[in-house]
Amino acid sequence: MDWRRFAIIALVIVIMFGTVVVVGISQNSPLVIITSMLATTIAVATPLTLGALSGIYCERSGVVNIGIEGMMLGAAFFGWLASIYMNTVFHQVPMLSLLTGVFVAVLTGGLFALLHAVLSITFKVDQIIGGTVINILATGITGFLNRQMFFGSGSVFGGTVPHSPGVLPSIHIPLLADIPVFGRIFQQQPITLSALALVVITHFVLFHTRWGLRTRAVGEHPRAADTVGINVIRMRYLNVIIGGFMAGLGGAYFTLESISSFEPMMTNGRGFIALAAMIFGNWTPFGAWAAALVFGAAQALQINLQFFRELIPPSLAILQNSYVVGLAPYILTMLILTGLIGKTIAPAADGKPYEK
Amino acid sequence: MQNIDGQIPVKKLRDLLNPLLVPLLAIFTAMVAGGIIIAIVGGNPFAAYWGLVQGSFGSAAALSETAVWATPYIFAGLAVAVAFKGGLFNIGAEGQLAFGAVMAALIGYALPGWLHIDLPAYIHIPLTVGLGMLAGAIWAAIPGALKAYTGGHEVINTIMMNYIALNITSFLLNGPMRDPDPLNLSARTPEIAASARIPTIFPDLRVHWGFVLALLVAVIIWWLLWKTTMGFEIRTVGANPDAAKYAGINVKRTIVITMAISGALAGLAGAIEVTALNYRHELGFSVGYGFDSIAIALLGKTNPFGVVLAAILFGAMRNGGTRMQFMTQIPVDIISVIQGLILLFVAADAIIRFIYRIRVREERVVLTRGWGG
Amino acid sequence: MATNDIVLEAKGITKHFPGVLANDHVDFDLHKGEIHALLGENGAGKTTLMNILYGLYLPDSGEIQVDGKPAVIHTPKDSITLGIGMVHQHFMLIPVFTVAENIMLGDEIVRNKIVLDQKAVAKRVRDLSHQYGLEINPETLVSQLPVGVQQRVEIVKALYRNAHILILDEPTAVLTPQEADELFVIMHELTKRGVSIIFITHKLKEVLAVADRITVMRDGKVVGTAKPKETDEAKLASMMVGREVILKVDKDPAKPGNEILKVDGLKVHDIRGLEVVRDVSFHVLAGEVLGIAGVQGNGQTELVEALTGLRSMAGGKMWFSGKDMTGKPPRPITETGMAHIPEDRQRHGLVLGYTVADNMVLNTYYLPPFGVHNMLQPAAIDSNARKLIEDYDVRTPSPYVPVGKLSGGNQQKVIVARELSHPVKLLVANQPTRGLDVGSIEYIHKEIIVMRDRGVAVLLVSAELDEIMALSDRIAVMYRGQIVATVDAAKVTREQLGLWMAGAHPEE
Repeated sequence: MDWRRFAIIALVIVIMFGTVVVVGISQNSPLVIITSMLATTIAVATPLTLGALSGIYCERSGVVNIGIEGMMLGAAFFGWLASIYMNTVFHQVPMLSLLTGVFVAVLTGGLFALLHAVLSITFKVDQIIGGTVINILATGITGFLNRQMFFGSGSVFGGTVPHSPGVLPSIHIPLLADIPVFGRIFQQQPITLSALALVVITHFVLFHTRWGLRTRAVGEHPRAADTVGINVIRMRYLNVIIGGFMAGLGGAYFTLESISSFEPMMTNGRGFIALAAMIFGNWTPFGAWAAALVFGAAQALQINLQFFRELIPPSLAILQNSYVVGLAPYILTMLILTGLIGKTIAPAADGKPYEK
Repeated sequence: MQNIDGQIPVKKLRDLLNPLLVPLLAIFTAMVAGGIIIAIVGGNPFAAYWGLVQGSFGSAAALSETAVWATPYIFAGLAVAVAFKGGLFNIGAEGQLAFGAVMAALIGYALPGWLHIDLPAYIHIPLTVGLGMLAGAIWAAIPGALKAYTGGHEVINTIMMNYIALNITSFLLNGPMRDPDPLNLSARTPEIAASARIPTIFPDLRVHWGFVLALLVAVIIWWLLWKTTMGFEIRTVGANPDAAKYAGINVKRTIVITMAISGALAGLAGAIEVTALNYRHELGFSVGYGFDSIAIALLGKTNPFGVVLAAILFGAMRNGGTRMQFMTQIPVDIISVIQGLILLFVAADAIIRFIYRIRVREERVVLTRGWGG
Repeated sequence: MATNDIVLEAKGITKHFPGVLANDHVDFDLHKGEIHALLGENGAGKTTLMNILYGLYLPDSGEIQVDGKPAVIHTPKDSITLGIGMVHQHFMLIPVFTVAENIMLGDEIVRNKIVLDQKAVAKRVRDLSHQYGLEINPETLVSQLPVGVQQRVEIVKALYRNAHILILDEPTAVLTPQEADELFVIMHELTKRGVSIIFITHKLKEVLAVADRITVMRDGKVVGTAKPKETDEAKLASMMVGREVILKVDKDPAKPGNEILKVDGLKVHDIRGLEVVRDVSFHVLAGEVLGIAGVQGNGQTELVEALTGLRSMAGGKMWFSGKDMTGKPPRPITETGMAHIPEDRQRHGLVLGYTVADNMVLNTYYLPPFGVHNMLQPAAIDSNARKLIEDYDVRTPSPYVPVGKLSGGNQQKVIVARELSHPVKLLVANQPTRGLDVGSIEYIHKEIIVMRDRGVAVLLVSAELDEIMALSDRIAVMYRGQIVATVDAAKVTREQLGLWMAGAHPEE
């Protein structure tokens, strides 16, 4: 990631924040608006950050993964299902139910990733098609089970959606959260905080450990790695599965941290936007996180403009329309992919099956 | 390479059946796996599948409905298949279809009013369908042009265009194009004029001439790809863009044209749904066509006639699924699971070859490439 | 020599690939501190044998002994443990990694069990490079190093793993004659320190100059072993090919005509935007062969791509057949009468999944008689294919076989047939014989001279100095994107060309 890229990201975020400050200044102080927007931005960027990290593990080892969307959707469903089971069938306390849910979500992501690994590494299926298979299967399975278990006449919960254990509570980090006004930014829920930690950890793993060196080698020039005794297939399998865990945690955000219910296709393209963030971040964790923040900011903008709806002057009425404002992240993604803001370079062996 | 007799080998029946073997086994395997899932959730797979067959092929009405379902699948499957032939992965059939439908609805209900004349059907129908196609073509040409001239990957861009299309159609159908009928509670357009409606083939059945058009278009696409110089260019760019450039083909233009053709076919799917079936566009009616069409194109091995067969199969499953749900209370969503599994086994044909110990290798077709460009 | 001197011995190695017997009961041994050359044509089975020794392939049968003990080599890791190191023909280096990262990969030094210790590795690399006189800087990115230095990195990489047996696969292919001489010095230095070297090559002069023993392979079998003193080029050549080989191409003096191609001040950038062709000017006359000599990667690829319209020009002008063709795409250039045998035949020259017939109209499909009113004409495409298959002796079961199923030589014949079948004023041939068997090489050389004698201007680009000297009437030498000398082929020596290829200025 070069400084120009970070500067562009900062600029875009400042413009989006500025818009809300200008609109809302008559009701709140700029400082309050900015901290609240920052907090929202970081929170809503969570699935994008985790999705991008998922992509980084896969693609740095040479496997393109467009199935992140499906992995997150599957994880969101099964994690939620597990938490409800724990809560209503096994009568566990909400906290334990939720944590079980997170665990199951992460595991689900890993299992979908294992399928992707089998398809793309062992069977050498075209990796983009393999990812599409994951997306379609995840949509089908979650849609089917959601209806079968909660709405069918023979359903487990008798045709009603049972009481859910709620969402994961915010964590109060001592000191940081006590800072006046700005403390609000650090008042976050656990998956969001783990995502931030995972950005740092992934950077360290990728660039300062043996594992990371070998992962990058396998993604750049698998044959070279093979000739020095590195097991290319094993490295790719493990990295794709780790990537699946990341996507699974990202999926858990939707049903265990953001809201406490499941909707079919609720990931709504976040998995694909995460890939764009990964590309814009040049396959680096910090870069991808910064790019994810841009999308988070776009969403925070949308939320805040809805909040300040009444204050928007008639000349800017277009900003009142959530459909129009909602276009921002998608158009932003396409702009980023044009490479007009600087080309990024994918790992050299990304998407290519390894043939001995 | 010893045999230099210079003869085109005569195709034996076995050679003709061989390409069908893997798709048929993939369908069979997916059905078995789906049956196991049905059994796990407490259903009777045999009853379920019997309902499926009854509902899709059991009567004239069932056959008619299967054809009705298959029609958009044929168009959208062809759309994805053409893109694959050109080395492009169009995941955006959904959005292109929606745009074609919105445009067709607009021309269908509003054009006579704008012109203050009653249009004859022979003008109004082609205009409605044609502009619907055009809308889809433009919607797909945008990611095509981005791919050709900036290198932005079409997989992500076509998906982004889906969401943009969804937002714009939501905006239109909730705002400027919303059906003003005071009884209307949903996001939909007004009904199109009678002069823009494609008639049904039989008086009592819903199957319409759009189905016949779909079959005709499949033939046209086959002809375009294999008999024309433009088809040669599309296929060459798809098979080896470097060689295409070497051969003097304008690769960038061909990419845009391929995406436009692909989008036009998807737009046609939407336009036909509006003009021949629903007579209006309603939000949410097309959810799922985009991904289904990928499965259909792959199941049909990107061959136009294969796509027709695959589309009829998928149409039959969707159609019969409703009866299956009615008879066995198995949610119709199981069809999505089975279709996902069919795609899984078709894409990973190595799994099928492994399970059934098939040794004949076929040529691997390179369908897509990584982010490189 | 005593048998306890043998550090490596392979007995009865056999390896099948689908349709090919790559190694047929091959026996091979290596003494301590010797350079044992393994000589053979492309496809003779040398690289297969070495990949077996290095654990990249498993043999179907046969046994291997290292240091007198039976060895089981299933993976490269096994062979590394046994002290075998290999420098592959295509370097196994990761361009975006530093020298140190490349060298440590797979055998990393870590602190606290997880953190990479770049400093310790760099020190080790420095020590090794001093010890063997192989100067390299561990902190540099490999992508920024010239090929000769990259090769040194590969050698240090093997030494870092304590290799005492070193396999060098076609190490001189990417070097100038002078750089090759430096490599030979390094090789002798290594053998003095107890390293034993297997030197794979197809260049006869080199083996005679550097090897202690020479083993020749052909069609997967060992044909014989000889000492340099007891043999000569002609004997080795006939062992390699299995028949007498004419090492010279017969040709009459050129009768040059009009100027067909003129290039003035051409500048071309590579993908990264670096100027790799710098202010190049030359011309080619009808009826002559202009050979462009130079080590690979000195801008020849980009030069040819710019001339043929595949790559945009960053500056300069080009006139072809009297017309200004600067910056034109491939089609008008082809239509004006340029034939192009591309460097990478599978990437640019062919669509491997297409039939032979379709490949033979790859750039004429839209012209009558193949394309009429935008419709393909199968009958014309068929008769064209049958005629060209006959005329150019393409070995294929039918015109409707995917071209990817043909051998390399026959694939190249498909390209040559296609390119020479339409009216040609200029033939641009880039590495036209790379990777081909001797029969195909002779055929293509003959075809190039036939075209010259018919009055076609020929621009031949080759990294093989022998090929350039055998075919060219005039020779231009490219070094770092510039043409450093243009000379009459009859009045120049191999050594002189070698010096220019290494960057020496003609006046010096």
